[in-house]
Amino acid sequence: MDLSREWLSEFVDVADIPSPEYCDRMTDTGSKVEGCRSLAGDIVNIVIGRIIKKEQHPDADRLSVCRIDAGKSEPVQIITSAQNVYEGAVVPVCLEGAVLPDGTRIKATKFRGLPSYGMMCSFAELGLSEHEMPGADPNGILLLDQVLPGPFPIGEDVCTYLGLRNDVVEFEITPNRPDCLSVIGLARETGASFGRKVHYHTPVVHGAGDDDRVSNYLDVTVQSPLCARYSARVVRNVKIQPSPLWLRMRLFASGVRPINNIVDITNYVMLEYGQPMHAFDYTCLSGSKITVAEAAEGEVFRSLDDVDHVLSAGMLTIRDAEKPVALAGVMGGANSEILDTTKTVVFESACFDGASVRVTSRALGMRTESSGRFEKGLDCENTVGALQRACELVELLGAGEVVEGMIDVYPTPKETVRVPLEVERINRFLGVQLSESYMREVLESLDFTFDGNDVIVPSFRDDVRCMNDIAEEIIRIYGYNKIEATPFTGKVKPGILTPAQKYRRALGELLVSFGLYESCTFSFMSAKNYDKIRLHPEDQRRRSVVIANPLGEDTSVMRTTLLPSLLDCLARNYNRHGTPTGLFEIARVYLPKKPDQLPDEPQRVAIAFYGEGDFYRMKGMVERIAAHAGVRGVKYTACTDQPTYHPGRCALVSGADGTPIGVFGQLHPAAAGNFGFTGEVYAAELDFEALLSLSDFEKHFVPLPRFPALTRDFAFVCDEAIEVGKIEQLIARAGGKTVEQIRLFDLYRGAQIGEGKKSAAFSVTLRASDRTLTDEEADRTAGKICELLERELGATLRN
Amino acid sequence: MKEQLQQIKEEALAAIGGAESGSALERIRVAYLGKKGSLTAVLRGMGALSADQRPVIGQIANRVRAEIEQALSDRGTALADKEQNDRLSAEKLDVTMPGADIPKGGAHPLYQVEREMSDIFTSMGFDVADGPEVELDYYNFQALNIPENHPARDTQDTFYITDRILLRSQTSPVQVRTMERQRPPIRVISPGRVYRSDALDATHSPVFHQMEGLVVDKGITMGDLKGMLETFARHMFGQSTRIRFRPHHFPFTEPSAEVDVSCFVCGGKGCRLCKGEGWIEILGAGMVHPNVLRGCDIDPEVYSGFAFGLGIERVTMTKYGIDDIRLLYENDKRFLAQF
Repeated sequence: MDLSREWLSEFVDVADIPSPEYCDRMTDTGSKVEGCRSLAGDIVNIVIGRIIKKEQHPDADRLSVCRIDAGKSEPVQIITSAQNVYEGAVVPVCLEGAVLPDGTRIKATKFRGLPSYGMMCSFAELGLSEHEMPGADPNGILLLDQVLPGPFPIGEDVCTYLGLRNDVVEFEITPNRPDCLSVIGLARETGASFGRKVHYHTPVVHGAGDDDRVSNYLDVTVQSPLCARYSARVVRNVKIQPSPLWLRMRLFASGVRPINNIVDITNYVMLEYGQPMHAFDYTCLSGSKITVAEAAEGEVFRSLDDVDHVLSAGMLTIRDAEKPVALAGVMGGANSEILDTTKTVVFESACFDGASVRVTSRALGMRTESSGRFEKGLDCENTVGALQRACELVELLGAGEVVEGMIDVYPTPKETVRVPLEVERINRFLGVQLSESYMREVLESLDFTFDGNDVIVPSFRDDVRCMNDIAEEIIRIYGYNKIEATPFTGKVKPGILTPAQKYRRALGELLVSFGLYESCTFSFMSAKNYDKIRLHPEDQRRRSVVIANPLGEDTSVMRTTLLPSLLDCLARNYNRHGTPTGLFEIARVYLPKKPDQLPDEPQRVAIAFYGEGDFYRMKGMVERIAAHAGVRGVKYTACTDQPTYHPGRCALVSGADGTPIGVFGQLHPAAAGNFGFTGEVYAAELDFEALLSLSDFEKHFVPLPRFPALTRDFAFVCDEAIEVGKIEQLIARAGGKTVEQIRLFDLYRGAQIGEGKKSAAFSVTLRASDRTLTDEEADRTAGKICELLERELGATLRN
Repeated sequence: MKEQLQQIKEEALAAIGGAESGSALERIRVAYLGKKGSLTAVLRGMGALSADQRPVIGQIANRVRAEIEQALSDRGTALADKEQNDRLSAEKLDVTMPGADIPKGGAHPLYQVEREMSDIFTSMGFDVADGPEVELDYYNFQALNIPENHPARDTQDTFYITDRILLRSQTSPVQVRTMERQRPPIRVISPGRVYRSDALDATHSPVFHQMEGLVVDKGITMGDLKGMLETFARHMFGQSTRIRFRPHHFPFTEPSAEVDVSCFVCGGKGCRLCKGEGWIEILGAGMVHPNVLRGCDIDPEVYSGFAFGLGIERVTMTKYGIDDIRLLYENDKRFLAQF
């Protein structure tokens, strides 16, 4: 809401308060100021002048030499190329040193040998348009005597004369305060904020004074409860013409384009009273009837802006005997628009249901100034005042004759709301000590009244319903910042993180210690990502929660896997700088259940890296993650059925009881290629909830070994297909409980051991907890190991 | 004999002085003091001396021996020092060469900030609550005093899954879920992702993070809200931080406020970060609306409470001077490594 301070001053005198101070205080009392601008901007030294003499420039055909009375002791000589000036014309004169809105500074100069001490300017150079200056030549000098009635104070600041020396304060009004979307509403707030008296104006309408009655013109029926009140008056003998300058400039200051007197009046009243108005051309209403009724399904309505809309049943319309002539509270129809030929006008001032206006305007994509106000819920006690004001302006502007009588259909008058003034409770609630008389004073300044101990809420304050609301009214005027900050007391208790929250933190720290960077990616993505990571067509993860109104396809499904978003980020790193990079993300995935149920939102851990490390770096990380969580007996199984991964370099991770923990491996080259990688990329996605459920964060102390260990090294030659994991299992089995550690230290393939074979070298640490192992014992164990491996796997010791 | 001793001494000292290595010194020691050494030989000949001569010469001989031993030892130490110094200087490294590449990773700045904030609140006895991101309209709006077709819904353009399921546009639904689950006293924060259908640009993201706070108990006042937020602001932004309340409107709190903190760069004088204002808008807060309490079966005549919410992106960007929100989701290592 743009508030003209000049307009405001008609209601409350705060002229002595500079705009910055005014804005600060208004923000502090709850009317947030977004900005403040001067209409004249930086314009300096442009005055009203009259051309006394106009002569042809002796050396230039296109130039005239003007001598202008600009209120100085001597006329000012200005040379111009404008063709529309003449002797006697009243023009804006930029004197030497003048500054235009665009910052141009005017200097004395010479044209073909003759000095020119300034320039005359057009309306555009004053920051105005043809709407504010109707009839003026957009390409010539602004001829004030042609567009304004005068008289013209020669030598006076033109901006002052045009009403541009005025500040406009831009308010951000919250949706609970539609009453503040008006000059009167903001005047009320201003009065309360500065302790100034507000002078409300009661419109006076003289009327045509004859026997003609509104009932001769119009019969109004309201057929829907969505219209709480419908007030209307008729104006005859209308003369459509531009509004006077003062009215145009108030609209201009409020950011509304002047059009003609009747339309301007509706806009003016909307801005002043906050009540949207509509004007119909009476002759276009067939059957002398207005009916407020809901539309029939499929009905077509052409709005003022000449767009056809197909209406749905339930949309509220204003109709004549045959057709809809307006969408209630949204926009008028092209069929009854005010034209230059309009002779008789119906002013509508009505109150429509906010939710209904909102649904209609959204459904049809028509957000208008009017719908934006109605949908916040307007005061039905405001319609008549606004209507009267419109008629008063008609008479003031000589725009027509107001027909006697008013139509006012108001089936159920609004009930008065009362809230008890609970002084003690309010003070306790706010943490202040204010007197009852102060509270009453504040509420009265906001036009609340009292009935005994009850506060009577004014009809325009639908947002005030209970103690909290009354408390807010008082405290915002008193000053939020005067409340003393207090420490609240209560039972002392520690703030607690759940086990999942604690593990989330610890896991993040662990992954960081691996040299990975934590990422944060969007929770939604394109469904095409499932193809990019080559999920099987039947994969459950292709079933996503789908957003009905996404910003675009690429953010349209809630992800069921973190991999694609993380790989996108990894690829971005690869493309931008290419240095080895590892990322991880711990975040939710969204797994749909039944359509009307909320999805599951389990957390996943995804890791991806390129450039440094291989499959076993990833496996090392996974092992460390499991060890860190105290997950015991983790199994790694070769996995060939995950198309995301290289079929020979992918492992399934599961708990000792078979609980799936996740999958990791080298990304399938085709999947890597889908993200733009050419080299090897490794990825893992683990189930956070599974890790947590298998975790054991209890630490158990094991005494340090008291007896020395013995080591035996073996190099087994076996078939290539035999997994190291299998060999380790057998070593452990054969060695029994003296086996403390089995460490693979070499893996060799080559001609020496033959095609299809490999040599795996292990260092096995043996230790007994109760005695020093003898060499003989160790050798016996070694013998058992060799025997079992030979028998089970055909593995032989390498010579 | 005396002269002989004197001569041995001079020769030995000269030889020691000229020795350039440990082994040369050892040779000298053997040559003079060894079993077949020249001083040993002289001492052996002492038996031939008269009884009154013997102690005199013996004394001299011992002195010579001591002097030679001392000289050997001194020279040995000097040579060892020299040897070590030579070795050390040969081992000299270029200290300006780069260090070994120790793996470096880092937590995401958003989550670092979230954690810092959570730590402040948990230290004041707040629990941390989670709630669903795909949420019922009821919890996101209706239970927060925002009925259907209420214009307040416009300020938060919402992603919908179905008519009654949406992506939560605020963390406030966790307030309601907490109050349904738990009776007062309640002291809880809830950080998490929220969604609004704003196109991604330098200052907007359709996904971002908020932290919600809720306190409900008997006798909670608006002064308590100020006290709590002041404590938080001081711990988060520095001890000299001040806060300022501006009246605002949120459907689920009444009275409601927007809260600014004094600029922690300029301290309130006005700078680029605070755009000359001296204040930075950081959160929204207010006293829990009685309708919200009532909806959760908490009697507003008995209990009162406050709630607040702040944008974690906003805090992060302000704290680190990040000028483009997209950097937070691009996850460029060169960005992430800065935090």
